[in-house]
Amino acid sequence: MSGYATGIIAILCINLIFAYAIFVTAAAGQLNLGGAGFQAIGAYTAAWLSSNAGQPVIVTIPLAMVTTALIGFLISFPVLRTRGVYMVLATFAFGQFVSGFLLRSPTFGGAIGMVVSDYVGVGLLVAAAIITTGLVFFLMASRLGLAIRSIHDDEPVSTIMGVNVRAVQVTTFTIGGALAGLSGALYAHHFSFVEAQYFNSLLSIYVLLFVLIGGTQTAWGPLVGSLFFTLLPEVLRVGGSWRYVVFGVAIVAMMVLRPQGIVTRELVSRLSPRNWFGSRPAPAARLADGG
Amino acid sequence: MAADPILALNNVTKRFGGLTVSDQVSFTVPRGARMALIGPNGAGKTTLFNLMSGVYPLDGGEIVLDGQRIDTVPSRRRIAMGLSRSFQNIRLMPHLSVIENVMLGQHAQASGISDLLTPISWMRGGVWRRLAMERLEAAGISVHPDADVASLPYGVRKKIEVVRALMSKPRLLMLDEPAAGLNPHETAELSAFLKAVAATGVTLLVVEHDMSFVHDLCEHTVVLNFGKLIYEGPTRAVQDDEAVREAYLGSRRVETAGGSHAA
Repeated sequence: MSGYATGIIAILCINLIFAYAIFVTAAAGQLNLGGAGFQAIGAYTAAWLSSNAGQPVIVTIPLAMVTTALIGFLISFPVLRTRGVYMVLATFAFGQFVSGFLLRSPTFGGAIGMVVSDYVGVGLLVAAAIITTGLVFFLMASRLGLAIRSIHDDEPVSTIMGVNVRAVQVTTFTIGGALAGLSGALYAHHFSFVEAQYFNSLLSIYVLLFVLIGGTQTAWGPLVGSLFFTLLPEVLRVGGSWRYVVFGVAIVAMMVLRPQGIVTRELVSRLSPRNWFGSRPAPAARLADGG
Repeated sequence: MAADPILALNNVTKRFGGLTVSDQVSFTVPRGARMALIGPNGAGKTTLFNLMSGVYPLDGGEIVLDGQRIDTVPSRRRIAMGLSRSFQNIRLMPHLSVIENVMLGQHAQASGISDLLTPISWMRGGVWRRLAMERLEAAGISVHPDADVASLPYGVRKKIEVVRALMSKPRLLMLDEPAAGLNPHETAELSAFLKAVAATGVTLLVVEHDMSFVHDLCEHTVVLNFGKLIYEGPTRAVQDDEAVREAYLGSRRVETAGGSHAA
């Protein structure tokens, strides 16, 4: 495989895990625009443990995940006091704080960044991406996943149905933190170098776009969104600088034509092999009697 | 009214600013009864439901379900104590399928981390899904379980909400205008279905404007007007009651109150 193809696959795997980190909270209706902050903490934790503490990958990656999960857990309490656009701003501020802190901190190399000693190949990245995808699909198919999606639709009714809304929201922030940390640690070990400037607000915006344009209703959304956003710019490379214009237009077109995201629950149900034969959901619904 | 009520409201009071929407309301619901809660628009019927299910806290009084005080219990715990409800404006989850909406009603039945992590959407023959399917069929809902609820007719959605409320195996089922917007055929079907539900030991408390539905379904009725209880007794006598007639048809006394009370 060419270096170019390997590079694309590596970044695709990292983006996918990162997208699932943001998706888990977005599926419950919470928008996290501080994704890059969580990823940066994961990357720098792994980098510091590897280069300064001489720890092997088997230690650095899990510890990076534990660190970001803990931060996700702790940050969820103040963040969940806010709603809607204020939550977006609060998480954005967190992301800005992290990258600002890393840029100023001599322990973490400041603006120069940090070299990471242990290297992780693309094989492990692919394996991690597959396992993460499988786990998120499992989560969304579970009763907890049903509770997550209910909270997205109607918090007061979810509460009356017995869902502990706050506990579920804290859980999604914790899982999201762990996954963002995983993506950051893999980034650090694969590219062998971390710098604060990479984990900027544009990265937070992009990963949230992966999720929103892919769709937050099913675990297919981030998969499609990450593929679309990682591969489209590469395909458009032939067009030179025009690719940014085409890319921008494509994003706007998606939001206008399909604001609920590319993949919806209804689409998945319609494409499901279970419904290839016999009654299909949509016509059955229209034929139903009643007012 | 009964020696062993399933629900007792004692001086339940709620104020919104200067407006007392529930004014020392006290009544009991006998175990196994089919009871109606009626009153003119703005009488405070839905408010009373919201107080019982914990949407907002009481300003005074207490609510006792089956001997246990529930007004001090968090809203989400009340369903596990046996209180379940539907909503005046259909509140199904728009992005969940029919079967997923019904399975949400089972949430209070799920206990512990293993139930939470059971992949209910994958297990076609799983016990949770099978129970939900059975309930849907028993209620005569024959739509595809994976259908979008938003695409369904109003009457079907209304019924799905009742089924969702039943999934928690409630002892007291509170329905907020279940017959509103249904045609006469559907109303008769709903009444028969609810009688069958009540026959299994579920107590019903129903807010409803359709009086023929109330007469058909409920043997007991309580009437609210401007947040106050004005009648408690058998449904067949409700229309002969002086205070109730005044509340609905108006009199000098109510007209003056109505002036400051646009409901």
